[in-house]
Amino acid sequence: MNSPPRLQPAGPRLHLVGITKVYPGVVANDDVSLTVQPGEIHAVLGENGAGKSTLMKIIYGAAKPDSGRMLVDGAPALPGNPQEARALGISMVFQHFSLFDTLTVAENVWLGLSKADSLASVTQRVKDTAQAYGLDIDPARHVHSLSVGQMQRVEIIRALLTNPKILILDEPTSVLTPQAVEKLFVVLRQLSANGCSILYISHKLHEIRALCTACTVLRGGKVTGVCKPAEESNASLSRLMIGKEPPALQRAPVRPGVAILRVNALSLPREDQFGVDLDSIGLQVCAGEVVGIAGVSGNGQRELMLALSGENPTAPRGSICINSGAGEVDVSQTGPIERRKLGLHFVPEERLGRGAVPAHSLAQNMLLTRSESLAARGLAGGWINTRQLAAQAQAIIGRFGVKARGPSALAKSLSGGNLQKFIMGREIDAKPLLLIVSQPTWGVDVGAAAQIRAELLALSAKGCAVLVVSEEIDELFEISSRLYVMAKGRLSPSLERGDATVEQIGLWMSGLWESTDPATQTEAADAAA
Amino acid sequence: MLQLEARAEASSFWRYASPVAALAITLALSALLFMALGKDPIRGLQIFLIEPFNGTRAITELALKSTALALCALGLALCFRSNVWNIGAEGQFLAGGMAAGGVAMWLTMEQIGIGNWAFFPIATIAGALGGAAWASITAVLKDRFNASEILVSLMLVYVANLLLSYLVFGPWKDPKGFNFPQTVTFDMAIPRLLSGFRLHWGTVTALALVVLMWIFMSRTYKGYQLQVSGQAAAASRYAGFSARSTLWTCLLTSGAFAGVAGAYEVTGPMGQLTPYVSVGYGFTAIIVAFVGRLHPVGCVAASVLLSMFLIGGQLAQSRIGLPAALTGLFQGILLFSLLACDTLINHRIRLKAAK
Repeated sequence: MNSPPRLQPAGPRLHLVGITKVYPGVVANDDVSLTVQPGEIHAVLGENGAGKSTLMKIIYGAAKPDSGRMLVDGAPALPGNPQEARALGISMVFQHFSLFDTLTVAENVWLGLSKADSLASVTQRVKDTAQAYGLDIDPARHVHSLSVGQMQRVEIIRALLTNPKILILDEPTSVLTPQAVEKLFVVLRQLSANGCSILYISHKLHEIRALCTACTVLRGGKVTGVCKPAEESNASLSRLMIGKEPPALQRAPVRPGVAILRVNALSLPREDQFGVDLDSIGLQVCAGEVVGIAGVSGNGQRELMLALSGENPTAPRGSICINSGAGEVDVSQTGPIERRKLGLHFVPEERLGRGAVPAHSLAQNMLLTRSESLAARGLAGGWINTRQLAAQAQAIIGRFGVKARGPSALAKSLSGGNLQKFIMGREIDAKPLLLIVSQPTWGVDVGAAAQIRAELLALSAKGCAVLVVSEEIDELFEISSRLYVMAKGRLSPSLERGDATVEQIGLWMSGLWESTDPATQTEAADAAA
Repeated sequence: MLQLEARAEASSFWRYASPVAALAITLALSALLFMALGKDPIRGLQIFLIEPFNGTRAITELALKSTALALCALGLALCFRSNVWNIGAEGQFLAGGMAAGGVAMWLTMEQIGIGNWAFFPIATIAGALGGAAWASITAVLKDRFNASEILVSLMLVYVANLLLSYLVFGPWKDPKGFNFPQTVTFDMAIPRLLSGFRLHWGTVTALALVVLMWIFMSRTYKGYQLQVSGQAAAASRYAGFSARSTLWTCLLTSGAFAGVAGAYEVTGPMGQLTPYVSVGYGFTAIIVAFVGRLHPVGCVAASVLLSMFLIGGQLAQSRIGLPAALTGLFQGILLFSLLACDTLINHRIRLKAAK
């Protein structure tokens, strides 16, 4: 089954020395060195913006370093483009797949190979590779019928067909259910046993500790540590990654109050052809509790958020009700402004372009959802008091520790985490009755993420109802008191956090909360993984 | 080897230097063009740059053209900032001219004598209503059927021109006008600023509107909402600003402004309706709006610049026998140079050693 053991040359498989890459305004890699042994699963750990992606691009030939050397098996090599990198035995599986939906698995793989191969021989090779690594997949299936986990397998098979000596995986688990992650790890361990070196890029500490045999940590473009992940703790790894330990969350016991948001039999056809139909969604959020919605993105979360925020005011009458203290109001068909008046505030997952206007200053961006700085509302919508507006923005910058030049800084000049802190601050500062947050820590560094979670808990402790949609199960377990799971446009029954396990949530993420027979559950979970 | 490299932050220097650089490039190319045509480039540039400012008459004529251009460009700047692509200001200009001209004709035919000062607000309002009504056709079609406002507003220019021809060749023709396609000469006109010159008080209206528009764009909530929808449609939807309101506000405002410009042209210097009201102010105003950085005050400066080209083109034709198409050519060169120079706002040129 296993491919014949390769001749192992002495010394490292991949050796980078003093790699420096400067982009306008930022040093992405500053004198970075990296050593990867043959057969090693080497983690490259770092926050967003630490320089991981740039370093991988350099190894894969997609970017050129300003200085530094790269050695493959002891021989100097600096690929000028990805073709040269593949010729050196370097393959990469990107975070975002590049597969054609309308073609079969074999046809997709064939596209990347030389024209000399016949489809029949490629099909055979896909079969062989799939078998050798337990990457169970049928080469004749169309890609659109595959689950996300299966699509990733196609990408891995495609990379393996070039017989790589070094395989780079960029955040490979961000789209997978926990069960699928386990299966991926089995494949990766087998690859490493066969002598292939793997560069595993991630910021998920527990995965790195479970899988990797070596780890290089980047912070601000510099290497801050090289270690053996198995010998480290989450705390020590995150210290290397962010320079300090994130503060532990203070969670008060939850005494839920009255129901603030009630969603009843919400069904909504998709807005565009790539959307998801919402299918009789029912949920409830009470004052003082944090409710989480788990699930892999693209299962209707976006559509649900649009319907809840009022950006899509076409939900069936009576399906969305808000209780702002003066009885329940049906808001199904009202816009965001009316809902904000009832106390519903929303933080979308896209910060630039939706939560904030990129080319506007932070002060101007206050006006998107806040109207305190407007006078004489009758005339042209109101007179903007620019001084009050700037003071308001400055207060949020100060209170939430946003790193920005000041209220006049453009939204697009802020890092993802800082902009998210500002937007969260803007909505929290409005003293909402109900705060809905979509992917609160997507692309946010660990320090800011911890702060954002703490703010959400503090808000709920003050009696606000909080609804959080997130892909990160750990995050939901950390902050929510109840959980729902979203899959294929439907929402699972509510689950107390104390009763929930990661395995169960993972199973529900495949849409399997209705079947009770454990045998079919396992079978279906395998198919979905 | 020269290489274009993205800037980390947009350069505010080039934001304002770009129009100046574009003007310099345009002038340099013009000089080359004069030489290629066998004319003295110094004399040519003198006609374009100096003569339009030579004497009170020249300056008032320049101000007259600038008024029409600035009024049209002001509305267009609002549209373009809000991502509403109204390129049919010419049609709205004509509609305003027809509306105000129709009122003036009726007053003349009915022999209702009102003074020029009483007529001034009437002409202004009639022009605004006419232009806004014309623009509302575009708004309705966009709103109800999602028809592209670019195509609809452009095509309505030709409809407006044909409507004008129908009126002056048909029902509105002067009965005592020897069958010429024109209305009666109006008994009244908008008041003149200086006696003996064609410049009128409409220029003052235009300047007042510039200030109002500046305040509207920078200090009012409605103006803010329009710009949000122009820059980030998803943010506008998130905030709950109405896209329909943006569409209607922009089209009605720009239609009204262009209509007022048309009204002043017809009831000012022309004094009657003829088939030749359209001289392209509405189209030139698109260039004015962009050269003026979509800023009300910038639009004023740019309208003076483009009027200079218009007048210079006419002078070049009569003085040194250059073709009339030269004006359009210069406008084109200016717009292209501007677009090219605008690249430098977000990019920088770096010298890189050749490999």
